[in-house]
Amino acid sequence: MKHVKLAIIGGGPAGLAAAAAAKKQGVNDILIIERDERLGGILNQCIHAGFGLHTFGQELSGPEYAQRFIDQVQEMEIPCLLNTMVLDLSDERVLTVTSREEGLQQIKADAVILAMGCRERPRGALNIPGTRPAGIWSAGTAQRLVNMEGMMPGREVVILGSGDIGLIMARRMTMEGARVKAVAEVMPYSGGLKRNIVQCLDDFDIPLLLSTTVVQIHGGKKLEGVTLAQVDAQRRPIAGTEQYIPCDTLLLSVGLLPENELSAAAGVALSPITGGPVVGEDLATSIEGVFACGNVLHVHDLVDFVSQEAALAGEAAARYLTAGKPQGDVISLLAEGGVRYTVPQHIRRGADTVTVRFRVGQPYRDAAVCLYADGKLLRRIPKRVLAPGEMERVTLRIADLPEDCRTIRFCIEEGETK
Amino acid sequence: MYDVVIIGGGVIGCAIARELSRYQLKLCLLEKEEDVCTGTSKANSAIVHAGFDAEPGSNKAIFNVRGSRMMEELCCQLDIPYRRCGSLVLCFDEADRPKLEQLLEKGQRNGVEGLEIVEGDALRVMEPNISDEAVAALHAPTGAIICPFTLTYALAENAAANGVEFRFNAGVEKVERIEGGFAVRTTAGTLESRVVINAAGVYADVLHNQLCGNKLRIVSRRGEYCLMDKTEGNLVSRTIFQLPSAMGKGVLVTPTVHGNLLVGPTATDQEAKDCTATTAEGLAQVSSSASRSVKKLPMNRVITGFAGLRAHIAEGADDFVIGESAENFFEAAGIESPGLSSAPAIGQYLAELVVRTLNAAEKSDFIATRRGITPLRELPFAERQAIIAADSAYGQIICRCEQISEGEIIEAIRRGARSLDGVKRRVRAGMGRCQGGFCAPRVMEILARELNLTSTELSKSGGESRLITGSTKEGWDK
Amino acid sequence: MSERQLICIGCPLGCMLTATLENGVVTAVTGNTCRRGDEYARKECTAPERTVTGTVRVTGGTAPVVSVRTSSPIPKEKVMELARLMGQLQVQAPVRPGDVLAAGVLGTESDLLATCGVAVK
Repeated sequence: MKHVKLAIIGGGPAGLAAAAAAKKQGVNDILIIERDERLGGILNQCIHAGFGLHTFGQELSGPEYAQRFIDQVQEMEIPCLLNTMVLDLSDERVLTVTSREEGLQQIKADAVILAMGCRERPRGALNIPGTRPAGIWSAGTAQRLVNMEGMMPGREVVILGSGDIGLIMARRMTMEGARVKAVAEVMPYSGGLKRNIVQCLDDFDIPLLLSTTVVQIHGGKKLEGVTLAQVDAQRRPIAGTEQYIPCDTLLLSVGLLPENELSAAAGVALSPITGGPVVGEDLATSIEGVFACGNVLHVHDLVDFVSQEAALAGEAAARYLTAGKPQGDVISLLAEGGVRYTVPQHIRRGADTVTVRFRVGQPYRDAAVCLYADGKLLRRIPKRVLAPGEMERVTLRIADLPEDCRTIRFCIEEGETK
Repeated sequence: MYDVVIIGGGVIGCAIARELSRYQLKLCLLEKEEDVCTGTSKANSAIVHAGFDAEPGSNKAIFNVRGSRMMEELCCQLDIPYRRCGSLVLCFDEADRPKLEQLLEKGQRNGVEGLEIVEGDALRVMEPNISDEAVAALHAPTGAIICPFTLTYALAENAAANGVEFRFNAGVEKVERIEGGFAVRTTAGTLESRVVINAAGVYADVLHNQLCGNKLRIVSRRGEYCLMDKTEGNLVSRTIFQLPSAMGKGVLVTPTVHGNLLVGPTATDQEAKDCTATTAEGLAQVSSSASRSVKKLPMNRVITGFAGLRAHIAEGADDFVIGESAENFFEAAGIESPGLSSAPAIGQYLAELVVRTLNAAEKSDFIATRRGITPLRELPFAERQAIIAADSAYGQIICRCEQISEGEIIEAIRRGARSLDGVKRRVRAGMGRCQGGFCAPRVMEILARELNLTSTELSKSGGESRLITGSTKEGWDK
Repeated sequence: MSERQLICIGCPLGCMLTATLENGVVTAVTGNTCRRGDEYARKECTAPERTVTGTVRVTGGTAPVVSVRTSSPIPKEKVMELARLMGQLQVQAPVRPGDVLAAGVLGTESDLLATCGVAVK
């Protein structure tokens, strides 16, 4: 059986940054395994600008951002397997992989970094009633068709979901001559960035219909239209508000799900909230020597943070390969009262500083992120605004924590600043 | 002139075609869509009923029990999945127990083997996740699960291998008697045949009424289903029915041969022949009704919802119409549930009738077996490795969720898939949890390459179901 | 004198801005929380600009299109005109990242740059 020190599953932004960081820490025997024909992952189809402001101080397009990391990995001569799918990962870190060129083989790795990214929630998961005609695509699939294959799925478009991919696709379809009739969002607010609402919708007079969803899909073989309806606070359609919109294309931008089939098969403990592995401050999963980063761990808003997180995973894997599993008492991070989750979910006292990333469950104005160490207020961070679409982060210095502290609770408190 | 024209490429038409292909006959099967298995056969419960449900002596009872006995061997010959997982009919109320006893007795009269009533701990040992409300159940060990797609494709492929001609996109408009037989007028030309067999599913009444004195009316009885992720496939290990009660006929919860969990169907009669739309009410009913059978139905793991149509005879006897309805005009009409289970027996019976009429002789070179498309993911490592070594296309994974290789997709296309759905039903690419999000563009690329199609000719399911309107730049061309 | 409502794009706060204009000149901005809001409103009301991205057709390449962007922001009112230009432009493979596919587009100082590479087929 082939053997490598560090196998990285996925050659997108997370895998690339993890590989580069591990190499810098002296890991020489690294293998990146990528299922697509090129490195860069989903960035290859994200041709819009806006990537890299935090990392490079300029706004790059997805392919340009990816290229910077691809160049690094190539300069470091880190080997990659392209067009290669990992079919299975065992709890002993044996990878079963397949490709056209090298056939089916097994690779034993001393450490593994999971960097498989995420996938889109499909129509079926929403149970939208109606027929199943041609013309319904998840926004990312349409993005690939339009931006990489040069194909138009249709010319009269309705988009369900106002996450950033949905907004970006509204502009892309318009710029390619299609008519985007509406973007419907079931929530009373958009999950997308303000900038995208202004520059992808407002600039082109595309209406954003909040608290609105698709309640019926029409058409036999080919999509003919959708019925939209407003929804109440429980997201139930309100009778009498139905509105029929003829269209030949419905794009769905209704959420991303970390793709953890391999992790689950290996027995990695997963969080029901993030859909990704439960990790410590070193991004180590429940299986020794297996680390996770990027959208497979939790869905990020900005690729810059993916790269940062992945570098951390690469460094941690490098440390593990030389020094083994880190020691130290475990402190649990609890997400409560408005905080949906934290990543990592636990930290070790042996660490130095830890960046904890989290998301809130609803928008807040003039609230505070509060941290309680075993029930005692540790920190209170006032926030003008908190939105579910934006990932938040707090950096903890372990030295600042009370000595016998076992838990840190993260929550949101509204109202007057104390 | 053909000896026999079979109208309808569902599981029934294909089963008849395959049985007739044992004989020295000139055969043609007409299908209005681009592929077989596009109507009732593609959207149903995917189970083989044991046969305790139908009225003793009815066609439904006779053909169901006979079909159920034939199915395992047939699946073996045709190299398709079949699992005799057994079934349970749950009784939720002591007051309904007599009905359960009646069902047992009915089943015994129908000749169903091994029926027994189980209760209490024994029932929980069999199915730990069924509802606490269940007081007893009828256990039918001969109940089975099957893949209706591959059954239909396998029958069709085997029939074709034995000389049956298939014509697609050939919807029948009119069947008329002519000297020595019939003229069958289709959207793709007219054929002549000595015998016509009507297996047109929900449209069987239209053809029947063109030739028969007694009129038939078939309504499409729509049934909605939800399919759940493979992570949930072990929730139950048998097909779980509900005893019809004051709460309604109930829905089933069943594992599928591919490891998913399927719940449904509802039952709504409709005038429109071909409407397979789901409804908010229907999907809600599936969920609430199935929740009676099992604890914690994982509705958050639904990967798709769909509706199927049963060809239900609106007036007259509640039974299959099988036989010679007018001289040399045979039919299998009103084939609703348990139609899939009955298909092998219906095919055999009708073939025998037709063969007697035409006095046809058996072939000496009939090929009884068919090789399926090898599902690579189910093979042991070394076997899989050998297949990839022989043809590297099997090494390239296209559908991530179901781990379907390019080699399997190419094979599906060579066997007749012309659209995304045709590929999906044959080899499951796009059938998984992402529902084709990742693989659809890749499968489109392979379809275009293998069939030499332009992007605008690519379709989801043939006809007008075009996937691409043109190149991105077309809108700007002068 | 006229007023214009804007949503600030500077940060997630998304302040509702009101800009007061006199003879095409912004005289006041209200509703902003920080200086960036003021600057954004003034720019957006007088000379709004956008960085434009899209694709351009490639012949003889391994991909049918190449992704592109403007080297600097262009006036907002020229965005759809540029979309049309990108729709009609055609380049020959190979294309390298950073290649100028059209210089000084639509009379601006901005070039159309390839953002990825396309090799010869």
